Amino acid sequence: MSLLQATGVRKAFGGVVALEGCSISVEAGSLTGLIGPNGSGKTTLFNVMTGYESVDAGDVVFAGQRITNATPDRVFQLGIGRTFQLTRIFPRLTVLENMHVAAQRQGLAALFGRWSSSKEHARALELLDFVGLTKLSDVPARNLSYGQKKLLEFAYVLVAEPSVILLDEPAGGVNPTMIRYLTERIRALNERGVTFLMVEHNMEFVMGLCDRVVVMNHGVTIADGDPESVRSDPRVLEAYLGA
Amino acid sequence: MQLIVDAIITGVLSGGIYVLMALGLTLIFGVMDIINVGQGALVILGAYLSYLLQQHFHIGLFVGLLITMPVMFALGVGLEVAFVRPIRWERTTLSILVTFAIALLIQGALSLGFSTNLVQMHAWYVDSSLKIGSFYLAWVYIFDFILSVVLVAGLYLLLNRTKFGAGLRASMQNRTAAELVGIDVERISAITFGIGVALAAAGGMAYGATSAFNPNSQYDLISRLLVIIILGGMGSLRGAVVAGLAMLVIEDVTSVVWSPVWASTVFYMLLVVVLVFRPQGLFGQLAGRRQ
Amino acid sequence: MRVWRAVVLIALLALAALFPVLFPNPAVDTVAVLTLLFASAVTAWNAFSGYSGYISIGHAAYFGIGSYAVAIMCQDWHVPGGWLPFLLLPLAGLIAVVFAIPMGWVALRTRRHTFVIVTIAMFFIMQLMAFNLRSVTNGSRGMSLPIPVNWGGAFYDIPFYYVGLAVLLLALTVSWWIRNSKYGLGLLAIRDDEDRARGLGVRTGPFKLTAFVIAAFFFGMVGGLHAYYVESIFPPFAFDPLIDLMVALMAFLGGLGTLAGPVLGAVILVPAQQYFTIWFGKPGYYLMIYGAMFLAIILLLPQGIIPALRARFMRSEALAGPLRRGGDEAMGGAALAGDGEGEGGGGV
Repeated sequence: MSLLQATGVRKAFGGVVALEGCSISVEAGSLTGLIGPNGSGKTTLFNVMTGYESVDAGDVVFAGQRITNATPDRVFQLGIGRTFQLTRIFPRLTVLENMHVAAQRQGLAALFGRWSSSKEHARALELLDFVGLTKLSDVPARNLSYGQKKLLEFAYVLVAEPSVILLDEPAGGVNPTMIRYLTERIRALNERGVTFLMVEHNMEFVMGLCDRVVVMNHGVTIADGDPESVRSDPRVLEAYLGA
Repeated sequence: MQLIVDAIITGVLSGGIYVLMALGLTLIFGVMDIINVGQGALVILGAYLSYLLQQHFHIGLFVGLLITMPVMFALGVGLEVAFVRPIRWERTTLSILVTFAIALLIQGALSLGFSTNLVQMHAWYVDSSLKIGSFYLAWVYIFDFILSVVLVAGLYLLLNRTKFGAGLRASMQNRTAAELVGIDVERISAITFGIGVALAAAGGMAYGATSAFNPNSQYDLISRLLVIIILGGMGSLRGAVVAGLAMLVIEDVTSVVWSPVWASTVFYMLLVVVLVFRPQGLFGQLAGRRQ
Repeated sequence: MRVWRAVVLIALLALAALFPVLFPNPAVDTVAVLTLLFASAVTAWNAFSGYSGYISIGHAAYFGIGSYAVAIMCQDWHVPGGWLPFLLLPLAGLIAVVFAIPMGWVALRTRRHTFVIVTIAMFFIMQLMAFNLRSVTNGSRGMSLPIPVNWGGAFYDIPFYYVGLAVLLLALTVSWWIRNSKYGLGLLAIRDDEDRARGLGVRTGPFKLTAFVIAAFFFGMVGGLHAYYVESIFPPFAFDPLIDLMVALMAFLGGLGTLAGPVLGAVILVPAQQYFTIWFGKPGYYLMIYGAMFLAIILLLPQGIIPALRARFMRSEALAGPLRRGGDEAMGGAALAGDGEGEGGGGV
C-alpha cells in the first residue's frame, strides 16, 4: 500500500528544470532508497515532498490526502519527518533543548509551562538514549561532531513519532562504525513500523539496508525495484557512467 | 497639469542624485552583505569637502570631484579595513552599529569644523536657471544628472568589462565560491567600500549643489537611501536606479498634488506598502526557505 | 551556589530599593531614574531581539508613541500633576501595542537586513507623523505634561525612581518568564534556524509578533514615564534615533540574550552618556565620543560582558552568582545545566 507518493512533479528554478514529470511511490513499512547522480533532482524531490519547495505541476499525496504545496509545519503535523543533507540542528541550544524544541504541545497553556512536562522530558531522554547521545545532553549542539549532529537530528525528528521519515544522505561524511550504528537504528525503527525513504550516495549502505531502490536521473525516475535488479539495470549504469 | 509635469522632470533629475548615493550603498551590500548606515554622513562629508575646496581654494565644484573622489575612495578603503573587516560575529547587526558609529564620528567632526549652520554651495549653474516652457530649472540639476549618468555608465563598464568587475560580480553572487576560485574577496571588499564612498563624494557634491545642508542632514539622507535600496531590492544595482528615480518622482508629484508636508511621509509609507506584497523589493531575491 | 546567588540578588534588590535614600543628590538621582528607564527598555528589547535574533532598530517609535499618548491623555482628560499620571502608563503601553501589532506584522514578513531597515523606516514614519499631524500632536511646537507642583526640588526624583524600578522589575520578570518557558525556547530556536523550527511545528509567526509587541508595550510605558519626567516633548526628542542605537548598544555591551546583560549595559552606559553630555557639552564633541565609544565596544567586546565573564567562570568551577542566569552564548547552556535540576526542563 502506498503511503507517500509524488506523481508527475515538475519543478523548475528559473531556466533550470530540476524535476520533470517525476513520480515515486513509497510503500508503507518499506525501507526505500533513492539514488542517482549529482544533479538528478533527489534533494529537490525531497523538498517538494516535505513542503520546502512548491511544485510547478504534479501532486504529492500522503495516506490518500493531497499535500501538494503544503507548508513544512503542516507536513510535520501529518507525521512526515525529514533530515537535511547539511544537518540542521539548533547550534546555540543544548542537545536536550534541541529535543525539547521538537516536542510541541498543543494549546495556549503549553506556552506557559516550563520547557517540557515530565512525560516529554522522559521521551526526550529515551530518544537520546536510543541514539546514544545521553551523555552529551547539556552540550551546546554546535560543539558536537558531524556524526553526532546527524544523530541528534535523527533523534529529534523522532520526537513527533512520524510514520514516515525522509533521510537526506544519512551516511554522508560519517565513519563506518557510525554507519553501522545508524543502520541498526533505522532497522529497529522500521521493525516498529516506521517507513523510510532515504537519499544516499553510499551504495553499500543503500543496497545493504533498503528493500527497494528508486533511481533518478535528470529529474525523472529511471528505475525502480529491489537492490539486485537495480544494480544490474543498464539504464542505471549508463546514468552513473554516462553523466 | 503643468505642475505635475514639472514635478516629474524635477523628480527624475533629483532622482539621479539619489541614485548616485544609493548605488554605493547597494553595491557595498551586494558584495559585503553589510549595510553602510554611514553612507548619509559620508555624502555630507563629500558635500562639505566640495564646499571647502570651492570656498578656500576656489576650485569649481565639478572639477573638485577629481580631488574629493579619490580622497574619499582612500577613506572608504581605510574605514573598511580598520572597522568593518575585524567584525567576525553577528556581522549583520554589528556592521550596522559600526557604520552608524562612523556616521556619528563624521557628524560630530563636521559640527565642530563647520558649525551646524546650513550651508549652500554657489556657482553660476546653481544660481541661474534654464527656462523650459513656463518653468525654471536650475542648470545644476541638469549637470548633476549628467554626472550621474556618466558615473553610472562608468560603474557599469567597470563591473562588466574589467577583470576586477568580474571578480566583484562573482563575490556578489557567491562569496565562498569566489574565494575558492582564487578571487581575493577581502581586497575586493575593501575596494568596493572605497568605490561606494567615492560615489558618496560625488553624490555629496551633487546634493550639496541643490540643497542646503548641515551635519544633521545625514539622518534624513540615510533613511531615504535605505528605503530606496530596499524598494529596489538589496544588492540590485538596477533596482537602485529604478527605485531612486521612482521614489523622487513620486515624492515630488505628491508634493504638488497633495502637500509638501506629506510628501516625505509618502516615501516611507510606500516602502511599507510594497513590502506587504513583495518583501524582497522590486528586483531583489526572496530569502527563500533555506535548504 | 544557589544560596550565593540568592544572597547577591537580594543585596542588589535592597540596594536598588534604598538607592535614593542612600544617595539623595538630585543629579545622581536623575541619572538613576534614566538608568532605570533605559534598563527597562533594553530588557524588553532583548526579550524580542535578543531571543529571536530579529534586530529591531525602530522600537524607539513605540517610546515616542507612549510619550505622546501620555501627553495627549493628560491634556484631554485634564489630568493634574502628581501621582495620577503614573496610572496612565499601562494605557500608554497598550496604545503602543495597538500600533505595534500591524506594524510588527508587516515588518516580520521580512528577514535580517531588510527587517532592520523596515523597522528604521517605520520609526521615521512615526516621527514624521508626529511632526505633521499638528492637530493631534501640536507638531514641532511639542506638548507639555502636567507638572506635579507639590514635589519640591529634591523630592521630585523619588516617585519617578520607584515607578521606574517597578517597571524594570516587571520587565525583568517577563523576560525571565519568557526565557524559561516553552515560548522562549521557540524564540531561541527561531534565532538559530527559523525554517527548521517552523518545520518542527514551532508557530513562528505568532511567536515573533508576540515578542515584538511585548517589547513595544514596555517601550510605550518607558516613553510615557520619560515624557512625564522631562515635562515636555518634541518630535525629534520623543522620536530620537539615538535611543534605538543606545538601546542596541547597551544590549550588546551587556550580552545579547542574557537576563542581566541589558541591565548591566544600561548601568554602564547611561551614566557614561550623561557624563559626556555634561562635560563635553558642545554637540560635536559628544557625538564624536559616542561614536568612538560605540566603535570601541563593538570591536573589543563583541560578545558582551556577561558571556565573556561567564566563559571565565565556566573554566574555573567558581561561583558566578546572578551573572550565570539566562544562559546563551556560553558553553554549557546555564538554564538547564549546572544550576541544579528542575530549573527549566527537569523532572516533575
